[in-house]
Amino acid sequence: MATQIIIPVVVLGIIALIIGVALAVAAKRFEVKEDERIPQVRAVLPGANCGGCGYPGCDGCAAAIVKGEAPVNACPVGGAAVAEKVGAIMGEAVDNSMPNVAQVLCGGNCEKAPRQTEYYGLKDCNEAVVANGGPKGCRFGCIGLGSCVSVCEFDALHMTDKMLPEVNINHCVACGKCVDICPKNVMTLIPKDQIVHVDCQSKEKGKLVRQNCEVGCIGCGICEKTCMFDAIHVQGNLAVIDYSKCSNCGACVKKCPTHALIKEGRKVAPRKGLKPVKKAAPKTKPAEA
Amino acid sequence: MRIFTILIAGVFVNNFLLSKFLGICSFLGVSKKVDTSIGMGIAVIFVMTLASAITYIIQYGILAKLGLEYLQTIAFILVVAALVQLVEMFIKKSSMSLYQALGIYLPLITTNCAVLGVCTLNIQNSYNFIESVVNGAAGGIGYTLAIILLAAIRERAEVSDVPEALQGFPITMIAASLMAISFLGFSGML
Repeated sequence: MATQIIIPVVVLGIIALIIGVALAVAAKRFEVKEDERIPQVRAVLPGANCGGCGYPGCDGCAAAIVKGEAPVNACPVGGAAVAEKVGAIMGEAVDNSMPNVAQVLCGGNCEKAPRQTEYYGLKDCNEAVVANGGPKGCRFGCIGLGSCVSVCEFDALHMTDKMLPEVNINHCVACGKCVDICPKNVMTLIPKDQIVHVDCQSKEKGKLVRQNCEVGCIGCGICEKTCMFDAIHVQGNLAVIDYSKCSNCGACVKKCPTHALIKEGRKVAPRKGLKPVKKAAPKTKPAEA
Repeated sequence: MRIFTILIAGVFVNNFLLSKFLGICSFLGVSKKVDTSIGMGIAVIFVMTLASAITYIIQYGILAKLGLEYLQTIAFILVVAALVQLVEMFIKKSSMSLYQALGIYLPLITTNCAVLGVCTLNIQNSYNFIESVVNGAAGGIGYTLAIILLAAIRERAEVSDVPEALQGFPITMIAASLMAISFLGFSGML
């Protein structure tokens, strides 16, 4: 009885041993010298394999950084802290540019921009958009079914009880997954120190915007006239902020008649090197209605 | 003559991918580009041929003599896994780009049932040593043929006007099934 068990075990063990030794010999012969910095860089990367850097996972990113194809701050997730560590390994100075953060460019929650049709399909924005662009009247606004929330791997997005996603900027790493999945392009990545936003994406004429949403941008152009820094312009019935010029002063926010412009409550460091461009009062273009 | 028959049967009639449906995972996974599928095919030919030879020796030299034929599967898996490791080291040494292109599918040859299948079939059909090796090589060549053909079709499909619902894997599945049907035509040959 015992031999029936022992013999097979011994035989298999011997076969495995021979193969193991052969493999060990082969491993020595076919050894490939890898750049030793690759595993070092790989070790300081977050390891989420989110693909936010555009490379296939953290291994791919590490290899690209060591090869010099990617900058040392290629990882959007790690931010400045990781970039510094990677820079130390690579012996390069780090370009500490302001990190990005996700922003919801729509203020039309279920009270301000109510649904105009009932939608009973899958709870997924990309499914709902197939049905005549979604249940909301506004063709550009957030559908509010939370596809961005479910795709976020960093717990940075949550639905408010008014059916709009909300970004937790402390958790957001700007991987861009929510931007990719949103069928309405409501999500975007903007510099983290930008606190004045146009909370609207609608390029409809003002009258239609008003019909569909209480807080939509009607393209009146008051903000453009108010801005001292030439940072906000109406393009196609929609105010757009040039983040490189905006000083976060919030003058436009106070003047906006529909409250499509908002200023976040949090404090950010003032931006340097911005000087008011005092414009001569422009010929008032009549607001398109 | 018998060897020639085995060769033709392995490549066309009993093609592992298209008539036995073994090894489908890598068949669909690595067939995006002709270049990588050629590399994958060569790796599989190598592994299948060597595995056929070594498993034959193990089966008749060790297991049969000791009356341990029931250990066939586990011993064969051991051999196949080791061979794949060897091939992986070799490819990493000789062609880094091929190594990266094959990616995860290279170690997956370990679990490629076509390799284990060819070893088991050699024993089942009671081939002798030469016939086993030829059958292994033929299986590998058949695999390579099928995967290169599919890769070429997929490269064409990539630039064709495929209906949105069928883009990507669906059209690949349809192409693969049509290939399987056309390979059915070879079954009358032998």
